[in-house]
Amino acid sequence: MTSLAVAIRALLAARVRALLTTLGILIGTAAVVVVVALGTGARERIGAEIANIGTAAVFVFPDTGMRSGSRPGAAALTEGDAAAIRTDASAVHGVTVWSTLRARVHSAYDSYKTGVMGVDQEYFSVRGFSLAEGRGFSDSEVRAKAKVVVIGTTVRRELFGQEPAVGQWLRIGRHAYRVVGLLSEKGRTPFEDQDDRVLMPIGTWRSRLSPAAGQRVQLIMASARTTAHTTRAEEQIRTILRQRHRLGDELPDDFVVRSQEGFRKAQDAILDMVTGLLGAVAAVALFIGGVGVMNIMLVSVAERTREVGIRMSIGARESDIMLQFLVEALLLTTVGGALGIGLAGIVSSALASSLGWSLRLDGAAIGIATLTSVLVGLVFGILPARRAARLDPVEALRQG
Amino acid sequence: MSRLVELRGVGRDYLVGGSLVRALVSVDLDIDAGQFVAIVGPSGSGKSTLMNVLGCLDRPTRGTYHLAGVQVSSKDADERALVRNRLLGFIFQGFNLMPRTSALENTELPLVYRGVPKAERRKRALGSLVRVGLQDRIHHTPAELSGGQQQRVAIARALVTDPPLLLADEPTGNLDSVTTYEVLALLQELVREAGRTVVLVTHEPDVAACADRVVTVRDGNVVSDERQVSPHDARASLEQARRRARQVGGGP
Repeated sequence: MTSLAVAIRALLAARVRALLTTLGILIGTAAVVVVVALGTGARERIGAEIANIGTAAVFVFPDTGMRSGSRPGAAALTEGDAAAIRTDASAVHGVTVWSTLRARVHSAYDSYKTGVMGVDQEYFSVRGFSLAEGRGFSDSEVRAKAKVVVIGTTVRRELFGQEPAVGQWLRIGRHAYRVVGLLSEKGRTPFEDQDDRVLMPIGTWRSRLSPAAGQRVQLIMASARTTAHTTRAEEQIRTILRQRHRLGDELPDDFVVRSQEGFRKAQDAILDMVTGLLGAVAAVALFIGGVGVMNIMLVSVAERTREVGIRMSIGARESDIMLQFLVEALLLTTVGGALGIGLAGIVSSALASSLGWSLRLDGAAIGIATLTSVLVGLVFGILPARRAARLDPVEALRQG
Repeated sequence: MSRLVELRGVGRDYLVGGSLVRALVSVDLDIDAGQFVAIVGPSGSGKSTLMNVLGCLDRPTRGTYHLAGVQVSSKDADERALVRNRLLGFIFQGFNLMPRTSALENTELPLVYRGVPKAERRKRALGSLVRVGLQDRIHHTPAELSGGQQQRVAIARALVTDPPLLLADEPTGNLDSVTTYEVLALLQELVREAGRTVVLVTHEPDVAACADRVVTVRDGNVVSDERQVSPHDARASLEQARRRARQVGGGP
């Protein structure tokens, strides 16, 4: 009989107890694995979303916050601001502006409420959109404020179904617009459906849709030369805008500059904290499971004192006894760990389908779980095993 | 005959509740190979302590103990485990078999600790069980065996390592008269036919009567050491006890 066979027999002899102890480890391990998988999944998802928008993107919003002492109406960005950034900010590669409002859009078949955006030609490259069909806006169309639009795939589905959209007409308000292009599908971000939009030249947007807006734009988006240039680009934009807005040293910014990089860092920091907290809870669960193992092993040693005495009398060394009880503890924790990984798999796939994330149990998580359960077995098994091994054979044989 | 056991001035003191108890005062004892020795004495006489020292389960406080020429009284725990495995076989009053474990596996156990390969273990355990007449019970667990059968499994386990010295601590204490003589007859055969050495601790005069030599212990000292010229024949008593059992209508 090997130690493993002895351990299996001993555990089977106290089935319910072994099962309950295993349950503690199972839950602890599952918690650890799920937390690791959640952390990895969330990080991957945020990374993918940011890559989708462009990691080098820098956004500038007017600061709409109520601030006493600021001049009313000053909190606005204009096309002039964008032009200044384009010419003066060396760390900036491209600049685009846009304004948006929600409007009902009619096709020959249907109508649908969506975001209608006025953009410049650079919008496509800065924002990372490409065209699936048709074309973008020509210079003459932009200058002439022509009534042409490019639509996203969601809009196309809502308004045209399976019909070809390019070449068709849309009506927004009093004007009809010709569809000249269809954007390639870009997918969802946490904030918006990137394919749910109608784009038209900013001049067209201003004169046909929102004549009151003047030269103002709702948002300037710049792309830094590379991701590494983001911080410098942010600083340059801020300096340029403060000058253009004639803000003295004592006045705060009347705009907000946000980079995707900064956004990612903030998200990562929050994620680290949440993962850390959840991880700590999971670790506590695992620790309690380990204490359960130790408890049961101590009971097991106490119950089997006589057995230990017999084994010693026929020649078992301290190390033999120690190994026997350690194997038993390890068996409890590794079986618990394996079942925990199984449970984590089920929980993860349930979470994945309800959150819409890609949650995988990667090798790292499984490795960590396996290692942890072995470690828990060793750490919490060693004390009871030592206690058994140190028994005096005469005393042990007198028991029971 | 060669000298197997040599105790010189062996004493064992215990500290019980702060006061010193001298379980063994000073024991000199020689046992030659091939002897059947009974150690007798009233309870508290120190015979169990003597047994534990002889079995290397306990270390003497003073004196020396040579077993098969090896000085074992100064060995550490692991070395004593090795001595128990190589040189000794134990037979206990309570049988001390592993529960939920077959007779065959129980018999194999000492060889497991010796690191004997499985096939070899099986073969030797089987041979040992045949020797004690349990060849048709090898897959039974202790719970499925009678007291006498359990004690025979214990004897098979003690024999499997082929040890020079067998130690039996009240081996018949839990047995009826038929099985008592069964076990004693087996021990006598082991001494007479296989040349084994048996040291048996008992407080029953009938059991001691089967030994070649009776050592009496009292108050931690050997007070008498007598050779029995014609020890009681356990086999004859066994037949007698069986006949009696049949007449009364009890037993097999």
